[in-house]
Amino acid sequence: MEIIAALMDGVWQALQPTNLLLAFIGVVVGLFVGAMPGLGSVNGVAILLPFTFVIQEMTGSATSPMIFLAAIYYGAMYGGAISSITLGIPGASPAVATTFDGRPLALKGQADKALVTAALASFAGATVANVFFTAFAPPLASVALKFGNPEIFALMLMAFATFVGLGGDDIPKTIFSICFGLVLAAVGFDEITGAPRLAFFDIVEFQHGIRFLVLAIGVYGIGEMIWTINSSRYKQTHTEANITFATVTAAIREFPKAWKGTSIGSGLGFFVGILPAAGATPGSLMAYGVTKMVSKNPEKFGQGDVDGVAAPEAANNSASTGAMLPMMTLGIPGSPTTAVLLAGMVIWGLQPGPLLFSNQPDFVWPLIGSFYVSNFIAVIVNLAFIPIFLWMLRMPFTILAPLIFVLSVVGTYAAYQNMFDVWLMLLFGFGFYFLRILDYPVAPAVLAIVLGPIAEPTLRQSLLLSDGDWSIFFTRPIAGPITVVAIILILLPVFKLIRDRLRSRSKEAT
Amino acid sequence: MTKFTSFVAKTAGIAALAVGAFSGAAMADGHGFKPIKPIEFVIMAGKGGGADKMARLMQSIVEKEGLSARPLVPNNKPGGSGAEALVAMKSASDPDHTIMVTLNSFFTTPLRQPGLGVDIMTFAPVGRMAEDTFLLWVHKNEGINSFEEFVAEAKKRGSGWVMGGTGKASEDNIITDYLNDSYGLEIKYIPYKGGGAVAKDLAGEQIDSSVNNPSEALGFYESGDVIPLVAFTDERLPMFPDVPTLKELGGDFSYFMQRSVVGAPGMSDAALAYYTDMFTKVYNSADWQKYKSDKSLMGDFMAGGDLTSYWQTQRDRHETILRASGAIK
Repeated sequence: MEIIAALMDGVWQALQPTNLLLAFIGVVVGLFVGAMPGLGSVNGVAILLPFTFVIQEMTGSATSPMIFLAAIYYGAMYGGAISSITLGIPGASPAVATTFDGRPLALKGQADKALVTAALASFAGATVANVFFTAFAPPLASVALKFGNPEIFALMLMAFATFVGLGGDDIPKTIFSICFGLVLAAVGFDEITGAPRLAFFDIVEFQHGIRFLVLAIGVYGIGEMIWTINSSRYKQTHTEANITFATVTAAIREFPKAWKGTSIGSGLGFFVGILPAAGATPGSLMAYGVTKMVSKNPEKFGQGDVDGVAAPEAANNSASTGAMLPMMTLGIPGSPTTAVLLAGMVIWGLQPGPLLFSNQPDFVWPLIGSFYVSNFIAVIVNLAFIPIFLWMLRMPFTILAPLIFVLSVVGTYAAYQNMFDVWLMLLFGFGFYFLRILDYPVAPAVLAIVLGPIAEPTLRQSLLLSDGDWSIFFTRPIAGPITVVAIILILLPVFKLIRDRLRSRSKEAT
Repeated sequence: MTKFTSFVAKTAGIAALAVGAFSGAAMADGHGFKPIKPIEFVIMAGKGGGADKMARLMQSIVEKEGLSARPLVPNNKPGGSGAEALVAMKSASDPDHTIMVTLNSFFTTPLRQPGLGVDIMTFAPVGRMAEDTFLLWVHKNEGINSFEEFVAEAKKRGSGWVMGGTGKASEDNIITDYLNDSYGLEIKYIPYKGGGAVAKDLAGEQIDSSVNNPSEALGFYESGDVIPLVAFTDERLPMFPDVPTLKELGGDFSYFMQRSVVGAPGMSDAALAYYTDMFTKVYNSADWQKYKSDKSLMGDFMAGGDLTSYWQTQRDRHETILRASGAIK
């Protein structure tokens, strides 16, 4: 009851005109940076951090600037889906999994359905996460503390397993794709020994490692564009996207069909989000994998399944709220964006950490209240803007293709101010196009380059801890069960194969 | 009214700044130096650790006080105990617009990896903002209340006692090696990417002890999860008056970490003067002074030749330490 009263008071504070206006501006800015390839929530909050000192001076509290930055963070999670669906380029890294099914839907002329599903799933994910956050923030912080290196590695193993264990895709090709992604993830300095690895031809840029966004934009921007050009030769190439009020409301009414993806995304996203070191991108990829695995028709994934849009979108919003938890209660940022928010809190005079909730309730509760308010604004603004996004789709592909190319190049350059990354992005675009012609799934490679940098150090730190004894992953109370489940998932296709063999043999016998 | 006008002025300033940043056509004055594009502000450590928080605070102060004509753009390069950052600085395409926040891996990493070809004496000495301090922390559930009890318990558990720290052959590793050598311990050292992760894992009892800086451990110290046993300083820290120094307990060892800002090799003298002036103002700001005392930081501002001779002394000391521990031959 105490919590509900505090929350009501917080929501009331967040609804005050200044805070409401800041939340609205923040959401719109966030939608924009999220939708722009190359720019993400981290760019949005970093660029506008200086502006918050002005806000703080005007309002005299640290809450209003934080509401503003948090609104950008949420807005960007909604915005990322927009370019993933309409252009096929992930607007921000957490939205990469949204392209898997969002883009095929758009190509089938159902972009309105994809966009509505994305917006509503985002809202659902955020709301579930908000409720968890409100009710359980301090106890959940202690759950995050229980996750040491072996536990996090076990979780990463499970994420890979969901991608291997999926039926449908060619298993050896999936494993090849994961390994290829892991090799790319290994480029750069070795975190433990400090030695440079795979720095081909002594090119300095390779020492930084291969950035995820470079791969994602290359694969989904350039690679996808070439694929579409090739497969749509001699055909009418503009996408049907007739939008009326009726189609949008119809899409809204159909949304409950995506309940599976939405609920998995909301729960899993939040859980991954609260673990420091993870964040929204691994969360949304894992949610996609798990949803595909439990789906009755996994073969429809990748062809334009609404659950495939709902899962990653619910997850990235849920994870972004989750990532606020270790930032506020432990003082440890779980994502690049929360690192900037943390810096902001320090200069506004707050001490994020275990005592924040008890020492600064007049900061914490209005902020939590604003989580609800900002997400409500975001879903309304997002739905209202859908006709504008669809207008982009009505452009003939002959115009859209050059636009995608330009946005991919500009986006990559904007992200790192480095021409090398632009060339690398183009190389990945062409390379993955050929992999796709040969029928290799590219999503597992993308997953591997996101999770590799988390899995590798945690694996090595765990083995240092156990003197090289692998049983550490089985004997610890939390890591053990997760590892066992992961191994079962990996072996699932083998079981299936044996079962099929046995069946066909018994058929032959009869 | 005044607030409103200052708001308008600042907003206009920020807008102009953003436009200028993208036009890139602005030219430097004939006299002196002024940045003509956003300044890359490299952080030689991962997100959430002491160095990262401090760098972002410096950036915030620069923005808040309007000390720079162009924004500082923080860029974490934690790879290889700072090797990634050092190499990036060495090969910076525009040394006049590239500065970095360093710690002691500035000394140790080039010593351990001569292959990087980094000579720290070629870096531009912008300013030393503080010297950070180290304490030994354990979780309260260990039931250890003094350094003597720590030594006894760690000795009993041998290599079952785990120390978490930032990076290999880094500050934390040097202190752990010292404890192992001087007290006959076999503590196992596990390297992490940043001090924030170490602090979290100590609070979650994933590791048994840490030698975090106060700024990293403070949150969990205030909540009562972790307790400091000994300070590796020359005198007791004002914030922890009951925590003895190792010197009081008979050890001949103290260890500090520089928190300095350096310019990329090849930075012009005019640019160096500009940044030294900027960071002198940051150092003297109320925000920085408050942070310094809140987080138990020591050391005065130092720049130019004083800073390079400080580097020389520190590098020699680290060379001796690393040679003794066998980290370099």
